[in-house]
Amino acid sequence: MTGNPNDLQRFTAWERGNHWLVAICFILLALSGLALFHPALWPLTQLFGGGVWLRILHPFVGILIAVLFVSMFARFRTLNLMSGSDWEWLKHVPEMVGSGGPMPPQGKFNGGQKLLFWALGICLLLLLLSGLVMWRAYFHPPAALARIASLTHAASGAVMIGLIIVHIYAAIWTPGALRAMLYGTVSRAWAKHHHELWFNQMTGSRP
Amino acid sequence: MALQSLDIVRRSATTTPSPSVRRMPEVAKLIDVSTCIGCKACQAACMEWNDVRDDVGTTGGVYDNPPDLTAASWTVMRFSERRGGGGLEWLIRKDGCMHCQEPGCLKACPAPGAIVQYANGIVDFHEENCIGCGYCITGCPFDIPRLSEKDGKVYKCTLCSDRVAVGLEPACIKACPTGALQFGTKEQMREYAAERISDLKARGFAKAGLYDPAGVGGTHVMYVLHYADQPGLYNGLAADPRIDPMVSLWKGVTKPIALAAMGAGILGCVLHYVTKGPNDVPDEAGREEGRK
Amino acid sequence: MASLAPTYGRGAMTNHWVDIRNADLVLIMGGNAAEAHPCGFKWVIEAKKHNRAKLIVVDPRFTRSASVADYYAPLRVGTDIAFLGGVINHLLTQDRIHHEYVKAYTDFTFLVDEGFSFENGLFSGYNAETHTYDRSSWHYQLGADGYVKNDPTLRHPRCVYQLLKKHYSRYTPEMVEKVCGTPKEQFIKVAEMIASTAVPDRTMTVLYALGWTQHSLGSQIIRTAAMIQLLLGNIGMAGGGMNALRGHSNIQGLTDLGLLSDLLPGYLTLPGEKETDYGAYIKKRAPRPLRPNQLSYWQNYEKFHVSLMKAWFGDAAAKTNNWCFDWLPKMDKPHDVLQVFEDMHQGRINGYLCQGFNALAAFPNKAKLGTALARLKFLVVMDPLATETSEFWRNFGPYNDVDPAKIRTTVFNLPCGCFAEEDGSLVNSGRWVQWHWKGAEPPGEAKVSTDIMAHIFVRLRELYRAEGGAFPEPILNLSWPYRIPVAPSSEELAREYSGKALVDLSDPKDKTRIIRKAGEQLDGFAQLRDDGTTSCGCWLYCGSWTQAGNMMARRDNSDPFGNGQTLGWAWAWPANRRIQYNRASCDPAGNPWNAKRRQIWWNGSAWGGSDVPDFKPDSDPAEGMGPFIMNPEGVARFFAVDKMADGPFPEHYEPLESPIGVNPFNTNPLAVSNPAARVFKGDRDAFGRAAEFPYAATTYRLTEHFHFWTKHCRINAVLQPEQFVEIDAVLAAEKNIRNGDRVTVRSKRGEIKAVAVVTERLTPLTVNGRKLHQVGIPLHWGFKGAARPGYLTNTLTPFVGDANTQTPEFKSFLVNIEKA
Repeated sequence: MTGNPNDLQRFTAWERGNHWLVAICFILLALSGLALFHPALWPLTQLFGGGVWLRILHPFVGILIAVLFVSMFARFRTLNLMSGSDWEWLKHVPEMVGSGGPMPPQGKFNGGQKLLFWALGICLLLLLLSGLVMWRAYFHPPAALARIASLTHAASGAVMIGLIIVHIYAAIWTPGALRAMLYGTVSRAWAKHHHELWFNQMTGSRP
Repeated sequence: MALQSLDIVRRSATTTPSPSVRRMPEVAKLIDVSTCIGCKACQAACMEWNDVRDDVGTTGGVYDNPPDLTAASWTVMRFSERRGGGGLEWLIRKDGCMHCQEPGCLKACPAPGAIVQYANGIVDFHEENCIGCGYCITGCPFDIPRLSEKDGKVYKCTLCSDRVAVGLEPACIKACPTGALQFGTKEQMREYAAERISDLKARGFAKAGLYDPAGVGGTHVMYVLHYADQPGLYNGLAADPRIDPMVSLWKGVTKPIALAAMGAGILGCVLHYVTKGPNDVPDEAGREEGRK
Repeated sequence: MASLAPTYGRGAMTNHWVDIRNADLVLIMGGNAAEAHPCGFKWVIEAKKHNRAKLIVVDPRFTRSASVADYYAPLRVGTDIAFLGGVINHLLTQDRIHHEYVKAYTDFTFLVDEGFSFENGLFSGYNAETHTYDRSSWHYQLGADGYVKNDPTLRHPRCVYQLLKKHYSRYTPEMVEKVCGTPKEQFIKVAEMIASTAVPDRTMTVLYALGWTQHSLGSQIIRTAAMIQLLLGNIGMAGGGMNALRGHSNIQGLTDLGLLSDLLPGYLTLPGEKETDYGAYIKKRAPRPLRPNQLSYWQNYEKFHVSLMKAWFGDAAAKTNNWCFDWLPKMDKPHDVLQVFEDMHQGRINGYLCQGFNALAAFPNKAKLGTALARLKFLVVMDPLATETSEFWRNFGPYNDVDPAKIRTTVFNLPCGCFAEEDGSLVNSGRWVQWHWKGAEPPGEAKVSTDIMAHIFVRLRELYRAEGGAFPEPILNLSWPYRIPVAPSSEELAREYSGKALVDLSDPKDKTRIIRKAGEQLDGFAQLRDDGTTSCGCWLYCGSWTQAGNMMARRDNSDPFGNGQTLGWAWAWPANRRIQYNRASCDPAGNPWNAKRRQIWWNGSAWGGSDVPDFKPDSDPAEGMGPFIMNPEGVARFFAVDKMADGPFPEHYEPLESPIGVNPFNTNPLAVSNPAARVFKGDRDAFGRAAEFPYAATTYRLTEHFHFWTKHCRINAVLQPEQFVEIDAVLAAEKNIRNGDRVTVRSKRGEIKAVAVVTERLTPLTVNGRKLHQVGIPLHWGFKGAARPGYLTNTLTPFVGDANTQTPEFKSFLVNIEKA
């Protein structure tokens, strides 16, 4: 399947590597963040060598994810600019979730992916800024700011986790998507079905 | 801590009851600002009993030294000069943990058992459980806990919980030469404060009163103030301290709700997959493309 | 203490710490009890809490004491006599005095010698060459019977009352404002509050310390307040008195045991160089009563003196050799610290044993002190700490800029234990002699001071024994009965001070009754004899260690009368009396002035009550014996006769360094500053003038530190780490100094650099028509210790002594200040 010469290259190795580094960081951050988010999840601290190590590591991983995401952002920003057809696509999401289609033709990324991209970007930005404020080992914010930052961090973290749940489920729900991020290629059929405009662009076909 | 392990009424980041069968009367430290001379004996006693030593600092144009609370200075005197109706006043306030009945630090703390509240009202940090996140600093309405740069743990006044547990008064009380610091049950302290307030009123301080702010459920460190209507005169003592709404929101019901939402999301995905199946490429389309 | 003795008879705090709680009004002036005596200050708070007492603070600075005061008034440094003289004038002109009290218990009615006068700033008898007074006209008029003449009507123009009234009539509220800078209405408010205690059922206590002592007229300042307390009838009363708060925990013990150059233990005095006749020496010190039926207790002087000589020289002291009178040094002049350093500076002293004393920091004009020490051949320092004095030869940069290569003095450091490392007694301000037990052994090689002294003595005695030398007798015959000669125990020394019978003592009234057997401890100084049958190292302490044991170690705090006298707690001199002159708490008939605050009273046959009577216990009030039993008059003195070197009535003089340069009270160039203050030749040139040094400065202590000791202690260093000076906001603005800036403070003698604390607690005062700024200089820093290094503040202070005590004028001098 992977060896089919007709397959289309969807992501380069760099892109995939970047994505998965971000993903690993995110998982570490989410697990460690959740450990402090609610007492029920405190046992997750053991994954990081205990609460103190967790407290030490979390912000550094946060810095790392920010840097990695910036690289991804630079690469994918233009591809994720919203267009009219994206909004059109978004209108049909309930049908897609309910009955599986048919959906308006999409470019390399569909409206949902693009929206997710921006939402994640905003979440990460908020997390980064609020996280820096909360980083007491190096910063000494005024109480009011610290409180806003703490709430912001928790809220945007929760939202981001929610978004990622959607993201991951979308990848699982859509066979072939995971393969694109793992091996970089998708079948022509998959491309034509899910991202017809991108398929046309890649193959020179005209609709 | 063995003596106290049976009277824990609140424990940070803990959702089940802590050992709390032992009951004891609520205690309080009363700081009578009107008889405090700012001698700092309490500061010295605090350093000695708790065996902590701050660095030798510098003088910044005021008598306040160390200039702020630190991980090694759990109490400091705050001096405020003020020109009032009766001439110059030098208001001197001993600052430190107020031991709130509803402690914001404890509410904010994510580490189980790093902060506890005993039945007698003392809010105590157990530094061996502290992870050094500093959330307690964010949660405190009085800006009291301080993070140590040495060990990354947070420190503050313990109200000498070790001394109180064995029937002694806190070290600062023991050292206070003028009796401006008093210690006893909260009830006794209220009665004593009432006497002091009536004396102050007789001396012309019509607004003298007790500082025991309701916003945090009352405190186990209380002040007798000449100007109870303006606590801010005493180096910015909070007029109406309470756990900040931001903190309540951050650490309140929103947490379980958010957690439930995440769980529901995952569950939703699973159900969706099970009922609807994958979003696969239709067979005809695949075949058609496959021929190319 | 040279001010209370000429007034009341004894020079010590009249009441005691706990008794402050009985006051209705507390005046803190010339001291800052909350700052310097925070533990004792608790009794002021107790008075406020439980007695509804009011607290007044009068001070150049708004102090920590002022922060809890009911009323505060500022004044210029060194003008306390003008202020207090104003209070006297107010009390006399408004007739707010305790008439019955002053008439019966003071010299109000006594007539003064016609030769005595006061004109334009000078009392009669001034010698401008020697800067001293011939005091021969400073006396009462004596009748043919040898008693003082008096006029009970108080109308005689030479009676003390009339002279006093005339003297202080110049001290009007307007003059107070002009001289002190205290706004008139504030002065009158204070005077009125003070006057409220002229009634029998209200008392004021006066708390003071070095803020009064350390002036060129310190003793006279204290005397002025002592006179106010007499006018109000507040002496002898619970909650009243003149309460000198001593700076060191045992400084009262130091003077009690005669560690001043002109004293012997128990305030016996050394003979002068012209006093070579023993009989005349005693006679001069054992005055006959000056009024009928008076006790004049110093008539017993010889009993105390002979018992002291027996304690010192044992069998060598005998009637035949006048009890070793010839062995006593005869004074040419006082050899106090200022004099000793003057002599050292002139190269007349080779060696100096400096025990428990940081001379380089503690006395004025550091430059002169350092030079003086450098002219010694050897310096021995006995101290628990490495003091500035012991390292005076070492270069500490700007803090001690000396060249060690040029200093030849050999310094020996003998580390000794501190008070907590030995058993012994401490005498507190209130004359309580309290035993304490050591808490730890002295560290390392350190030894307790008595062991070091004993070692030195035993070796010196061996040298004298072996080599003879000049005048060996006093050394070779010194009684040294201690079980371990090189380590006398505190118990042995205390028993020696308290005194014992040398033979079986019989009751003078019934010769067959033996009151004490030979070798037994005595019960009190009434048992001392002048025939060599008793031995007592300090008559005032006689009874502190009786046959029943160590009275100083008692810890019974029961207070059966509820007035805080606790007679079973430790022991107080004299004779365990807690409030001195307590006979004056009763009217002449023997009934308490204030029935609610009874101390002692006449029960028909004897005096008794909650305190030990400071009086002849069986003297019927009808006999008319006065309560001031140490004075030959039996009463207290407004007119100090010849007891003060600089005048029988206190008079305001400007500090030697005066910011106004004139004395508004006179036009006499000789009387701008205290005409009798002691100034050494050469030091007069080192006085600054207002043109160059326009600001009045004062030095003081802070709560966080104890003198120059605690800067060696980490905790104290944390609480107050760095040297600073305090200035008012107006001056700061003029000089462009911001809070926390570093500034240079200069006097004629040197300069220091420190952090500026710009504060509202100092305010510019209008003095003699001009605006005056004052600079406050805390003194705790130096170049040794745990705190940040600083300058010794005596770099700035002038080398001038009070006319009576030679105490240096640390509290008022001139400086200039600039941003560093």
